[in-house]
Amino acid sequence: MTAAEAPAGRQLVYTLAITEGVRQALQEDPLAFMAGEDVAGAGSVFGIYRGLLDEFGPDRVIDTPISESGIIGLAVGAGATGLKPIVDIMFMDFIGECMDEIVNQLAKMRYMFGGKATLPVTVLTMSGAGMNLAAQHSQSLEAWLCHTPGLKVVMPATAYDVKGAIITAAREPNPVFVVMCKGLMALPGEVPEEPYTLPIGKANVLREGDSLTIVAHGRMIHEATKAADILEGEGVSAEVIDPLWLQPLDTETIINSVSKTHNALVVHEAVRFGGVGAEIAAQIAELAFDYLDAPVGRVAAPFSPVPFSPVLEQTYVPNAERIAAEARQILGTG
Amino acid sequence: MGRRAFVQWERSCTMRGRSDARDGVPIPLCAEAAVANSSQAMEPSEEVLKDLHLRMVRIRHFEEEAGKLMEQGKSPGALHLYIGEEAVASGVMVHLSDQDQITSTHRGHGHLVAKGGEFKKMYAELYGRETGYNKGRGGSMHISNVDAGMLGANGIVAAGPPIAVGAAFSNKYLARVEGRDRMNVAVPFFGDGATNEGAFHEAANMAAIWKLPVVFVCENNGYGEFTPQAEHQAISDVADRAAGYGMPGVICDGMDAVAVWEAAGEAIERARTGGGPTLVECKTYRFVDHVGLRGIGLHYRTDEELEEWRARDPIPQHEQRMIEMGVMTAEEIQAVHDAVMADITESIEFAENSPLPDPADLLNDVYTPTAAS
Repeated sequence: MTAAEAPAGRQLVYTLAITEGVRQALQEDPLAFMAGEDVAGAGSVFGIYRGLLDEFGPDRVIDTPISESGIIGLAVGAGATGLKPIVDIMFMDFIGECMDEIVNQLAKMRYMFGGKATLPVTVLTMSGAGMNLAAQHSQSLEAWLCHTPGLKVVMPATAYDVKGAIITAAREPNPVFVVMCKGLMALPGEVPEEPYTLPIGKANVLREGDSLTIVAHGRMIHEATKAADILEGEGVSAEVIDPLWLQPLDTETIINSVSKTHNALVVHEAVRFGGVGAEIAAQIAELAFDYLDAPVGRVAAPFSPVPFSPVLEQTYVPNAERIAAEARQILGTG
Repeated sequence: MGRRAFVQWERSCTMRGRSDARDGVPIPLCAEAAVANSSQAMEPSEEVLKDLHLRMVRIRHFEEEAGKLMEQGKSPGALHLYIGEEAVASGVMVHLSDQDQITSTHRGHGHLVAKGGEFKKMYAELYGRETGYNKGRGGSMHISNVDAGMLGANGIVAAGPPIAVGAAFSNKYLARVEGRDRMNVAVPFFGDGATNEGAFHEAANMAAIWKLPVVFVCENNGYGEFTPQAEHQAISDVADRAAGYGMPGVICDGMDAVAVWEAAGEAIERARTGGGPTLVECKTYRFVDHVGLRGIGLHYRTDEELEEWRARDPIPQHEQRMIEMGVMTAEEIQAVHDAVMADITESIEFAENSPLPDPADLLNDVYTPTAAS
């Protein structure tokens, strides 16, 4: 089910969709627990887990010390021995503190052990700029995770997708990073009340079009959609695809679209060099080269830390105007 | 335990801890208290003495032969051998069942052997064969047996303690769900060098605040790879660090299997019954180099130091004790060595004749397959 097919009516904001996803994941499996920094008493910094402590108690919703290595280690050890950990690394920037546990332990244990360990671990974390939180609280580091065999990575940017992604991750026997967008916390959307999952590795086609494919993920799906509106006013029909799952990536949907539109533009908030967009562009070049009318374009953050000053941050983060401008370049109409 | 062993234990085993016992956990305040307590200490049965011996002998011969195989070029990669430290793994593991978990280090063969590892599957793993414990995907540095609670050797120093804390969290959680009073226990093994890593600190703190059933076993062999302890930390007793976490710290003679058995036994029982974690420091020594039997020829340890520690070899020491106590005769001891060697010969043959992994299976087990994916 995609957002477009969700039953109309019940609206939740992104934050409450997160809460509902975790609540239902905890309700449906008594071996599931949630742990992280200030997830219990405080309900986390944006209140995304508020109420879970009261409902599930301190044995299942647990405030940890500020110890990211310890948190991921907890998930690895508990996951490998029968529990279903849902752990929170508040801001994605903090994964530097626990990259060994993520990359060398969580991601590899099953493979290194010859398939004799299962790691049903969900990691929730928030990414993205736009709140003037500066260089250590604003990054989009999803490429680090996607480069690591053994992990699955989903980056939901609607209320519907974030709830579905959490429940999907919680039911999944593999480590899944649910990279949430802190800039979308107040975004409303249609969210069914019952638990539901998302098909793993399946992209969302947000908008159909025939002259350009814009592949955008995370918060940039909204800017890409706005850009498509702008382009439509100029007589250009752009297709907008949200891969949603960056690992595994729905290459098929992207390639089919580019084969139809003959033009491709890849957009993300992370820095351009070595970003997930580089992989998507490479795959398009490998698999759809003969269909392309122009080189694949990319709009992403420049190669710099996220700046603090609002005027600099606004310049740093891609937006609809820049996406539309790059589209015009690709189409030769700019 | 004979009086001689007792005296040795008194000399080598000192308990330290906070002056205020936490939630009724009896923490001896000073060395005098520990000595006083030792008079009521557990006596190992003949069965335990024999068990300790067999585990140590199995490790020693396994490692010696593994080292030769590597240096003859028969098994690929590098091996970090456990020779000299056998009393630690053996003394701890006698107290554990397959439901208790351990995490290990890059020097991990001894831990798996002591936890009941089968030689055939172990040598096959060192040979990179499909019949190995990890189907040839892990090798020496990741050798594991999850079914028996051995959550892997680990190539990353101090990676084990946080994982063991997670296993201990499961143990406490499941005991609650299943209504059991006694919990399974998780034991991370790590070296003196690992206690300088942040991951160790985070794990110890979490275990302490949640009173998890963990026993942190530090194998202090005096060197962080090639760097002597005095150069890598400003304390001589790793157990001193326990006070910083609010848990008891214990020092024992890591060259004496009975001393380790005794110290670990008390800590494990405390963990099992809800008393929380303990840091047990075992003073030990690796008789061979960081890698292999011959090593790489760096002269970072003196011959005198090596000889001093070799004179305290845990296996002859334990054998002498058993003979003096009338537990085993020299002939019976020799028979144990012979049986272990026969097992090794057969197991190496098994490994050498085992199939290699099929390159077509390279990508198997990166993920757990699911209907959805």
